[in-house]
Amino acid sequence: MLTTKQKPLEQILEYLDGENSVFLVGCQGCAEGCHTGGEQEILDMKQRLEEAGKTIAGISLIDFMCNDNLVRMTLQAHEDRIIDADSLLALCCGIGVQATSAVVDKLVHPGCNTVSMGGRHGEWREGERCMECGDCVLEFTGGICPVARCAKMLLNGPCGGSVDGKCEISPDISCAWQQIIERLSKLGRLDKLERIVAPKDWSVSLMAGSASQR
Amino acid sequence: MKTKSKLEKVLESGQFAVTGELGPPASAAPEVIKRKAKYLKGNVDAVNVTDGQTAVARMASWAACLLGKEEGLEPTVQMTCRDRNRIALQMDILGIAALGINNLLCLTGDHQAFGNHPTAKGVYDLDSIQLIKMVKDMRDEKKFQCGDEMDVEPRIFIGAAANPFADPFEFRVLRLANKVAAGADFIQTQIIYNVEKFARWMEAIREKGLHEKVKILAGVAPIKSVGAARYMQTKVPGMDVPDAVVDQLRSVPKEEVSKEGIKVCVEIINQVREIKGVAGIHLMAIEWEEIVPEIVEQAGLLPRPQVS
Repeated sequence: MLTTKQKPLEQILEYLDGENSVFLVGCQGCAEGCHTGGEQEILDMKQRLEEAGKTIAGISLIDFMCNDNLVRMTLQAHEDRIIDADSLLALCCGIGVQATSAVVDKLVHPGCNTVSMGGRHGEWREGERCMECGDCVLEFTGGICPVARCAKMLLNGPCGGSVDGKCEISPDISCAWQQIIERLSKLGRLDKLERIVAPKDWSVSLMAGSASQR
Repeated sequence: MKTKSKLEKVLESGQFAVTGELGPPASAAPEVIKRKAKYLKGNVDAVNVTDGQTAVARMASWAACLLGKEEGLEPTVQMTCRDRNRIALQMDILGIAALGINNLLCLTGDHQAFGNHPTAKGVYDLDSIQLIKMVKDMRDEKKFQCGDEMDVEPRIFIGAAANPFADPFEFRVLRLANKVAAGADFIQTQIIYNVEKFARWMEAIREKGLHEKVKILAGVAPIKSVGAARYMQTKVPGMDVPDAVVDQLRSVPKEEVSKEGIKVCVEIINQVREIKGVAGIHLMAIEWEEIVPEIVEQAGLLPRPQVS
């Protein structure tokens, strides 16, 4: 079970600032189990966002959002509605946000913080994607996690060692920040990187050894 | 003036600044600092002391800075985020300010995988931009990162690094803008061998007016041997050494290579001086500090300005 908690509505509305129409994606795997992104929570979120003046372009519930192929196939069926939306809001773990970001050419806002993965790393293989940091930053990084994929976990990257798309520590490792910049350039949203991301709250992270907070 | 920094005074006076670099020993020997300080004193306006460069354990930057200060240097502490969390960083910042050290270069740091303790846990609680902002808030708002207030603030002249040669090139200007917005007062760049690319970067910097908001010191360094040039060209991430430079070193007999390396360095200094918006140079003759007087002399940068 990948344990998630919904981000506060105020934070989600901050992410959606300047946008009218949003497409909601929920996960019927772990997020439904945590009551953070299942059918009921998606409907609740729809209502709360509509009350805040937003238009909901559409809704999709996916069995396992950590499975990138499943996400791609499911969202293809909603292509028309997604094209009309300003962005997507994903109520799921960090892996699901990244799988969604990888298959749609829109900004995908994370609606949850991933606080624990309970030993599971989702269905999307090929390396770590979520470090269960409990304070999801995918909003600022084009749906690619620098905490999991940057050797220095930079929130304001890249460092001076990024060359030819590779990390300074090995030519076998891709520079996450190069990928982030490419993704945001493609979306025309490099402005996301013009603000300085503040120091992270590590107290909610398993990495800080503060599992007692759960 | 924001601080009592001599470097700030030189830069604010509009004179072309020269900073140097001193690598502390991987031992407890103070005489190493004293010996190297002799070559730097009077020849540069301030001296950066590296903070475990290439992730090798060495004498602490602040301690070596204090020894250098006693020898008459104006020291700049280099501080990386690799080995300290935000608590330790702030404690060190208060400590160096209390010791009368006025300059701080804020860095993310070379990854621990490069050094002699590759199994160490990297900290990276903050990144360099967050560190810059934290120092600025301590100095200008008298606030710790957590928001608590302090009585006596650290009056620190804040430096940051920039690498015009790392990728993605276009993004490097935006990143510098973020460092300036975070509070950087001066910038020291990666070592320049590709002057043409550096000039293009400076052009983009000027387009955004950043050269008017921050003092930019162009990084330069003499190359001692063809082997060193090849190493930098192929093995050091984020370094851009054009083939022409390597070829120039190869074109002379082996015993004259280091002399040619000095010549190349002086040529580059003369070229970057002509680029609008360059406020000075940062001369990195690490483990070759004795060559600094000759390079500064040949580049016509002596005598250094006297500031109180």
